[in-house]
Amino acid sequence: MTTKTSLEIIRDGLWTNNPALVQVLGLCPLLAVTSTVVNALGLGLATLMVITGSNLAVSLIRNFVTDSVRLPAFVMIIASLVTSAEMLMQAFTYQLYQILGIFIPLIVTNCAILGRADAFASKNKPLPAVLDGFMMGCGFLVVLVILGAMRELVGQGTLFSGMDLLFGPAAADWTLRPLDNYPNMLFMMLPPGAFIGLGLLIALKNSIDGQLARRRAARAEPVIASGRKRVRVTGTVS
Amino acid sequence: MGSVIATSRTSSPHARRARSTSQVMLWVMVATLPGLAMQTVYFGWGNLINVVLCVLLAVGAEAMVLALRKRPLTFYLKDNTAAVTGLLLGLALPPLAPWWVSAMAVVTAIVLAKQLYGGLGSNPFNPAMVGYALVLVSFPLAMTTNWAAPAGLWQAAPDLSATVQSIFGGGQTAVDAFTMATPLDVYKHEITSHVASEVWQNPTFGTGIAKGWEWVNVAFLSGGIGLIVLRIITWHIPVSMLAALTVMSLAFGSNPDVTTPLSLHMLAGATMLGAFFIATDPVSAATSHQGKLIYGAGIGVLLYLIRTWGNYPDAVAFAVLLMNFAAPFIDHYTQPRTYGHRKARRGIASKGH
Repeated sequence: MTTKTSLEIIRDGLWTNNPALVQVLGLCPLLAVTSTVVNALGLGLATLMVITGSNLAVSLIRNFVTDSVRLPAFVMIIASLVTSAEMLMQAFTYQLYQILGIFIPLIVTNCAILGRADAFASKNKPLPAVLDGFMMGCGFLVVLVILGAMRELVGQGTLFSGMDLLFGPAAADWTLRPLDNYPNMLFMMLPPGAFIGLGLLIALKNSIDGQLARRRAARAEPVIASGRKRVRVTGTVS
Repeated sequence: MGSVIATSRTSSPHARRARSTSQVMLWVMVATLPGLAMQTVYFGWGNLINVVLCVLLAVGAEAMVLALRKRPLTFYLKDNTAAVTGLLLGLALPPLAPWWVSAMAVVTAIVLAKQLYGGLGSNPFNPAMVGYALVLVSFPLAMTTNWAAPAGLWQAAPDLSATVQSIFGGGQTAVDAFTMATPLDVYKHEITSHVASEVWQNPTFGTGIAKGWEWVNVAFLSGGIGLIVLRIITWHIPVSMLAALTVMSLAFGSNPDVTTPLSLHMLAGATMLGAFFIATDPVSAATSHQGKLIYGAGIGVLLYLIRTWGNYPDAVAFAVLLMNFAAPFIDHYTQPRTYGHRKARRGIASKGH
């Protein structure tokens, strides 16, 4: 297979092949925990850590594990990393750990992680694998946080509430409240709000891609199909 | 002696031009007028203001999205479907619901449930009910505390300016004196701790079945029968829906000391509006006559299930939406036999053939 340059890997993870917006993987945590920025950030960071670590480990053992047992091996690696992440969160951000609850252990079943392990890390050297894991994790994290911000803002009229759960007491007064007396819009806090929010984000990405493609096409020289006869009107055709 | 009896003055062909969507929708709007009139007479100006607001917003939202989608404005706007969606929401929402609740419902219905799916004919769900369900889930307070008390337009109901003030005031709830819980809501909660004769004493019910509500429902029923007579809707969905509701109520709720009686199921709440005007939406309902019977019965059963054992006192929106999910499936298995074929093609073709 052709090897990708680092730039391509970065662009893939953040935009072209974004796990949330393009691969649409890992929807379970994406939809379940993005009700606030802090929840999204907490889970996003945990996932980032796990996917980077698992890509490294999988890449290191890629020449020693046969194809027939590779998936169980990958799942074992991911599961042990998730358990470590869970213990870390339990130790340092206990309240957030309680809020996220079952969704931390469920990172094991996040197909984005297993997907990267199988599709990229098991076929590439450790360094590109780590970069790929990190960038995919970042792409996932960014979408989680944007979705969390959207839902928090529309759903309960705040932004960055409860950041002290992640960043300690200093972050307790980071909460922004653009509107006083905001009637909570429960719908956005519930799963359907997440589906609609993600749908809007995907639509936005596709429309930006469409714009870019149109602009690129306009800038490029018009391609003349070979062998086509042209009527020469005036001047010279080079 | 061969005398020919002339039975008809007109000769063939007897085919008539089909009504345009625009005409059909206009008739639907006309048929809701008796119901709207009764709502206004018994509950004050709230519904009328809501209807005007929702229709204007619906047409505005439709125009906006059509412009964004670069579609011809007048061609799509004059089919009147957006106006009907707005009208149905105006009739269904609590009379004193704040303007932003109505606006949210209408914009969701038109933009999210209708246009994002591709516009008229492509929406799998009834747009008005998506809008209604969204605000019902989002703003439980505003959607339960703003039902106008049955007071009579000429009696204790708030006058026009007070109603306008209440709707456009920006608060979550209207003045307490104007409002009252709906009969279905009251019965469902009171019956857990009282016997039927005590519950009926509640002022919500008045001397009839459910003060005011029964006349609103009778008016919607008559408007709906008018639509059937005009052949704008067929009888299948409303009849099977009401029949299913009746059967469920008689089978599981015959004791009025335990559950809401059949009379309230039929004549309080949004039953008739739902049966004749909402469930019959030609886009999101099942297509064949047999399919419509199943679809309507499903709505009736779900309506009873949610009203009785669910968390909501009325459930037309959820029942209709749930059956919208099932409509393609029902259509798949109820295709009528086409002329010239021995058997109808139903379901997935079996492997043997």
